[in-house]
Amino acid sequence: MHFAVLQFPGSNCDQDCVYALRNVLGHSARLLWHKETSLGPADAVVIPGGFSYGDYLRTGAIARFSPIMPAVLDFAAAGGLVLGICNGFQILCEAGLLPGALVRNRSLQFRCEHVFLKTPTTDSPFTGQIPPGKLLRVPVAHGEGCFFADDATLAQLEARGQILWQYVNARGEPTEASNPNGSLLNIAGICNAQRNVAGLMPHPERACEPLLGSADGLWIFKSMIHALETRPLVNEA
Amino acid sequence: MKAKIIITPKKAVVDPQGKAVQRALEQLGYQGSEAVHVGHYLEIETTGDPETARQQLDHACHKFLSNPVIEDYRLELSDS
Repeated sequence: MHFAVLQFPGSNCDQDCVYALRNVLGHSARLLWHKETSLGPADAVVIPGGFSYGDYLRTGAIARFSPIMPAVLDFAAAGGLVLGICNGFQILCEAGLLPGALVRNRSLQFRCEHVFLKTPTTDSPFTGQIPPGKLLRVPVAHGEGCFFADDATLAQLEARGQILWQYVNARGEPTEASNPNGSLLNIAGICNAQRNVAGLMPHPERACEPLLGSADGLWIFKSMIHALETRPLVNEA
Repeated sequence: MKAKIIITPKKAVVDPQGKAVQRALEQLGYQGSEAVHVGHYLEIETTGDPETARQQLDHACHKFLSNPVIEDYRLELSDS
């Protein structure tokens, strides 16, 4: 599979995403500078973490208007898989590809630690291969990851099974103590109504081999790859 | 002509910065602040027809300078 990993000024997890996809999983992954206007041949797009444009104005607010973004919107509208990680999640929310917004952590602390994630549904291209009941142990590293949406949007996310990952404790319970940023409903990641665009604050690419302390993040990339391999390819954007 | 744009968090959004500032005010002895909200303030120097400028800036506030999901904005145009 061909993954396009976007690079904005201030992205800092781009190389890690390429490493996980190319070196660990053996797929094609190439960096795509934000000033490009075409994705080229791509089966999926990954928007990596970092501090695009220094987080000026709001996280993701300026990156969302980068020259590459119209191609990402077209790709998503055509059903292409788009995954946003950390700052990538913030960019997707700003771009309107995902509902809600990420605001300052309730603790006001930058939280850098491993968390446990529950996957409420395997009915998505991003969670399809995660064994039911499996808790993912992956790191977070952010200051603005508190997921907020109004009540109607939250109800819709729940009703349509768009909550893909929630912060939980080691027993799989979504407690306040296990929530690193104060996200509503302990939300760590969601997908859109069409289920082809997803974002999460934790970093699966930083948990891609045992040497890093966990390889649980691979389940998310493996799910995407399986979904791509078992469905007709989307048109090149 | 100068545009002054004040962006504040919506009431429904938890504002931990505002709460931290409020606590600090109390520690400094300033009593009676019932709530503090921390937002952004932008000044944009602009030229041209005021009504056109207002329309364009209002559009920019809605689309880019604020995020309507979490923020409210107030736009003021003045000669200085």
